[in-house]
This record gives sequence, structure tokens and C-alpha cells, in this order.
Amino acid sequence: MKIAVCIKRVPDTESRFAIAADQKSIATSGLKFDISDFDGYAIEVALRLNEQQGPGEVVAVSLGPEGTQETLRKALSMGVDRGVHLQAETIPFDGLAIAYALAHELRDAGYDLVLFGRNATDSGNACVGPMTAELLGLPCVSAVSYLEIKEGKGTAHRELEGMTETVAFALPAVLSIDEGIARPRLPSLKGIMAAKKKPLDSRPAQLGPIQLTVERMELPPERSGGRIVGEGAEAVPELVRLLRQEAKVL
Amino acid sequence: MTTLFAFAEARGGTLRKVALEAVTAARRAADALGGGEVHALLIGGPGIAASAEQLGRYGADRVTIVEHEALERYNPEVYAATAAVQLGSGNYRAGFFPASAQGRDLAPRVAAALKLGLAADITEFELTEQALTARHPTSIGKAIATLRLSGTPALASLRPGAIAPVVAARTATLLSAAPALDPAAARVVVTAMVERGAAKLDLGEAPVIVSGGRGLKAAENFRLVEELAAAFGNAAVGATRAVTDDGWREATDQIGQTGRLVSPTLYVAVGISGAIQHLAGMRTSKVIVAINKDKDAPIMKLADYAVVGDLFEIVPRLTEEIRKVRAEH
Repeated sequence: MKIAVCIKRVPDTESRFAIAADQKSIATSGLKFDISDFDGYAIEVALRLNEQQGPGEVVAVSLGPEGTQETLRKALSMGVDRGVHLQAETIPFDGLAIAYALAHELRDAGYDLVLFGRNATDSGNACVGPMTAELLGLPCVSAVSYLEIKEGKGTAHRELEGMTETVAFALPAVLSIDEGIARPRLPSLKGIMAAKKKPLDSRPAQLGPIQLTVERMELPPERSGGRIVGEGAEAVPELVRLLRQEAKVL
Repeated sequence: MTTLFAFAEARGGTLRKVALEAVTAARRAADALGGGEVHALLIGGPGIAASAEQLGRYGADRVTIVEHEALERYNPEVYAATAAVQLGSGNYRAGFFPASAQGRDLAPRVAAALKLGLAADITEFELTEQALTARHPTSIGKAIATLRLSGTPALASLRPGAIAPVVAARTATLLSAAPALDPAAARVVVTAMVERGAAKLDLGEAPVIVSGGRGLKAAENFRLVEELAAAFGNAAVGATRAVTDDGWREATDQIGQTGRLVSPTLYVAVGISGAIQHLAGMRTSKVIVAINKDKDAPIMKLADYAVVGDLFEIVPRLTEEIRKVRAEH
């Protein structure tokens, strides 16, 4: 199968965050960047599908500034066949603007599957996958936790609140991948060497109009936590009293 | 006159709480703009119309009911096409969807179909004539974005639990409409829905969450967490990634960066040290209680109330005390 995996370069959430001078973004100095968590699962799903089902091609597509190529190289080192970098000075917060650029890249290119991570760990909008599907006029299953493809037809599971949904869908399709489906492999040394010679195209992103912008970015208020009520089971009555009388949550 | 749109999510023939939250948000926006009408869209199988009146109690002036035997379960294409037609045909200032599992699938599709931006998973908002301003936690809650959305209607999805349903009694006019797409033509079909485990309350909806970590030492000791949750009566059970990775609990119980992001009224962390990925999933809880043997664990710094010591002594005692309190009320 020909599979596209749309991935995003995001700051590692273990980094210490600070607000940039423009007050509208996270300061990038000192941040480590990597492939967004769920996108790693999407890459793994694509690689396994082609390993199981015979020859095909896995193409990683990523939109963003220059550093995006480093992220795409990592995908190539995991086993992705080629990369496409859609150049943009910054990654807009507006998912629809990004979906326009991805749909422009993916339309009529013969993909059987277009995969996304469930959501990016930075913006956390979970929008670009379903939006791209709508723009491409393709069926879409989001937050897939189990996947099977047989003879051009797919079966997926989606986790709802308290329930699991089984979904049947036709290919070609757009899927967003949830955690737990297949743990992403680590790049091997051989993979890292091979990645250097794999094709990586770069062209300007055809972004859509921007309607959604970040007006302000703030760090969350510090919790005034750290109050030790006491030690051992003897502290329990005092804890319950505080929960009732002070916090008023009982 | 200003009109606002709300998508009323239903499952198994009944409204979900997030439906009331969406209607409440629309009502609030209408009132803030000097009064206006709230129109809700309710899609479901035969009999769903019976739920429409309840939407009036929470502020809907009109409910459009789309009843179809093939729409008992969610159908992404039919639901999206129908919502897009409804939203596109009225003169709506804004439209509100739940950012539930269904809404996270539906709202972006509707937005893209109408070529409109979407403020997704918002926790607070303000709607003026000019723009929608909304708050949205980013980077798993490590930074909070204030977003500005231009365009009309302004579309937003609401983080479940962020906006409490408020009764604003209205008598809704009920209309019926046909699906905008023939369900027989759908390329995506939900073929089964299975309840996961004995889950009574969902993590996203429970007012209280009792969560367990490695400190419990073995899968069978989760019994202590289950019993404490049962004592509260309105609690769900969560877990850390370490625990779900080890198979002590199902993956769907995981709270944190790669699991569920929750903000209950009360979060009780049992034997959880507080890896940053876990804290990311629960730090917006209103009140946090931590029970841990290590007073310097990160969770103890975050907790409003921390008890230091052996959880195997503390938790059973707490369960007993909570039972007593509950019995008195």
C-alpha cells in the first residue's frame, strides 16, 4: 500500500517551558524537539502494515520551519521510505490552514491510507486529521486503537467514554492513531545510516487562510500545593475534615 | 437577532451530559449578546425525539430532530453533513460542540466542510460581535493559550466538564429534519459498541477520581483503590502509565500525556510519585489529595493535601472514614 504519515515536530514536554518575548508562543531556546508522541504510533502502524502486506511505500509529510527536516530524517531512520517537507516559517495554530496544505500535497497522489497521530502533544487540537479527510473527501476514523486491513477494507476500534466502538471503513481513508496500538520502534544504527541517503523533498506549504490565532500564551498558575496534612493513618480524620470543611468537596 | 447553534450529543437513545454543556454554552453566549435564540441539533435513532424537551430546560429555543433507524449509532459522514447543512442554513453567530470522543471526530469535519476555523477543546470562552476568544490548554497543560477566532459562525468544541450545565427553562419548539446524506451511502459505519469492563463512571465525567500507581506493588492491590472509589460513590478509577504498561489495569484507565486528560473536582493519587507525564493529565483537577510514602515525591508538591506514610494503612482507613461521611449525608 502507499501510505502517507503526517507528522509534527513538537517540543519535548519534559523540557522546561518559558513564554517567548512575543507573549504568544513558547520560547524555543533550550527546547528539545521530537516527533509528536501519537505520530510515532502512526509511523509504526504504517511500517507494520507494509511489512505484513508486501511491498508498498511509506511517505512521511511534515509542515514547519527548517528543523522539520531533522524530524523527517528520524522518521526515515525508523524505516519510512521518503520524506516531504512543507516549508512554513512557523506552524500555524489554525488546523484548517494546515489541512489545506496537506490536502494540496496528498490529493490525487494515489495514497491508500493517510495516517495522523490522534493529536499533537503541543497544540492538542486533534483537528488536522479529520479536517484533511473532509477536504480530500475521504472517509475518516479518528483515535484508532486497533486496526486491520483486508482486501481494500478496514476495521478499526475507537475508544469512547466507557465503550469501544468497532468501525468498518472503505479505502482510501484517513485515520488518526491512538496510543497503545503498536509501540514505535527505535531507529537502528543501520536505519540511521540508510536515512541519510533516502529522498527528502522540500517545497513551500500551500497554507489556507488563517482564522484562528494565538492571542496570548501563559504558563498555568502555580498550584499552591505541598501541604502535608500528617503522617500515617492517624492523619486521615484531619484529611477528611479538611476535604469537608475547607475544600468542600465531600 | 443573534442565533447560536449547539450540537446535542446522544448515545444509546439518551442525551449525554456534554449535550447539556453545549446548550448551556450557547445560552450563555446568546444572553451575553443581549439575548437571542439557541438552536440545538439532535441526531439519533427512532425515539430520540423524546430527549428534545430536556434541551429546552437548559436553554434551547428550538430543537431540530433528525431521527433515522440507521443513526442509532454515530455515523461520522452523515452526522457531519447534517450538522454542516444546519449550521450553514441558519444565520448563526457561533456553534458549540462537545470535545468528547464523538465531538472530536465530528466538529473538525463540520468546520472543514464549511471552511471555518475551529477553536477546539476550549475550557472558557467569550463571544462578542467581532470574535470568539477562548482558552485552551496546550502542551498537555504546561501552557495555556488564549485563542482568537474570526469568521462567522465561530465554531468551538468544549472540553467535557469545563462548563457546568445550568437550567435556563425554555420551551423548545421541535422541528424534524432528514439527514443531509443517505446513511446507506456512508463509507464509515459503526458495526458494534461494547462496554469496556465494568466501567460505571467514565474518567472524563466522574466528579471524583481515585488513581493508583506503582506504589500499590501488585495488580491485586488495586482492590484498595476500587474500594475507596466505591466509598465515594461517584468516583472512577484511574492509573499511571507504569501500571497500565504492566497490565495491572487496562490502557484506557491511563491518566497522563498519552492517556486521558482529566479535571475532576477531587483527585486522589494513591502510591503515585508523579512523573511529569502523569501530572500533565490531572494537574487541572480542582482539589488534589496525594498519599505516598515519600514526602519529597513530585505529586506531594502538587497536592493540596498530602498524607505521608504507608498507603496500605492509610487507604483502608480513608475508605472507612469516607463511608462514614457518606452514611451521615
